[in-house]
Amino acid sequence: MRRRYLALEIDSDGLFDSREFLDAVWSAVLKLYGEYGASRIGLTLIDYDMEKRFAVIRIVHSAVDMVRTALASMTRIGNKPVAIHVVRVSGTIRSLYKKATK
Amino acid sequence: MKRIYTDLHLCPNSKDSKHVSQMIIKASRLGYRLIAITFPSNLTGEEIRRLRNISKEAKIDLASRVDLKPKTPEELIYDLRKLRRRFEIVTVVCESKNVARQAAKDRRVDLLNFPSLDFRRRFFDKAEAELASNGLASLEIDIKPLLTLEGPARIRLLSNLRREATIAKEFHVPIVISSGVSDETLMRKPRELAALASLFDLDEVSAMEAVSRNPLAIVKRNRDKLSSRFVAPGIRIIRRGKDC
Repeated sequence: MRRRYLALEIDSDGLFDSREFLDAVWSAVLKLYGEYGASRIGLTLIDYDMEKRFAVIRIVHSAVDMVRTALASMTRIGNKPVAIHVVRVSGTIRSLYKKATK
Repeated sequence: MKRIYTDLHLCPNSKDSKHVSQMIIKASRLGYRLIAITFPSNLTGEEIRRLRNISKEAKIDLASRVDLKPKTPEELIYDLRKLRRRFEIVTVVCESKNVARQAAKDRRVDLLNFPSLDFRRRFFDKAEAELASNGLASLEIDIKPLLTLEGPARIRLLSNLRREATIAKEFHVPIVISSGVSDETLMRKPRELAALASLFDLDEVSAMEAVSRNPLAIVKRNRDKLSSRFVAPGIRIIRRGKDC
């Protein structure tokens, strides 16, 4: 199965742990695409650093547009306003870090 | 050629200069190269120049925009006569059918905006699209309500937007996707705005045009028209002097 890795920038003043972040992403996907759609994206959290406000997720390659839309629709995690921006999309985790740190 | 991403609808509080400059800087950071801020119609030229300086420092081009909310077609014509030459972008917020029809056929109107969530008060139907296709007006879709609404209200809005986008495409009315936000945390990257447009079935190519080429064409056309060299469409002064 082909996969895509997404480097994300978390734009918020609040602090969240990885669980809260992942739950919020799932919730956004569920709201827009329902359980059937969510079952097709293969979402996994690979890396999460709240200090740097940076996260990496892995999804199936056919779901990039769906996930990009769901991430753009996120406005809150808990009670804190948030915006999640996709910084990079890559086919391998190695090239993702290489591109993201450029 | 690299795309020039554009957001023609930022609504910061124009009295709060710190907030305005923060939004300009953020837009630049998100990858926009041209933005338009909604100014009150009585804003002074000095204020506009000050904002242009801020945007110049942030390496972003700023266009002036005014939103007209007339109650009658006559009021719209009066406002257009008064304000058209002062602003680079003129948007009509259509709150009645008569105003919507007049705005669609008037070639001084750049953008048609339908803010109502009630589908009976959204007047972008086939007749409106036909008038707009003969004029110069584009359909503006704000993304803000898609971010702030939830549940049945968002479902209804998506259904309306899907219908309007299909009609616009059928009648070749350009679509412009804008953010329409007054809050920094609701600002999104251009690609993210285009991704959100997929929720109302706008294909990727059209969505990318709606955040780059379509709004850019409006600003370019109006800047040409407002320049002192403009004489008539297709005619402009290229040199002045005794030997001309």
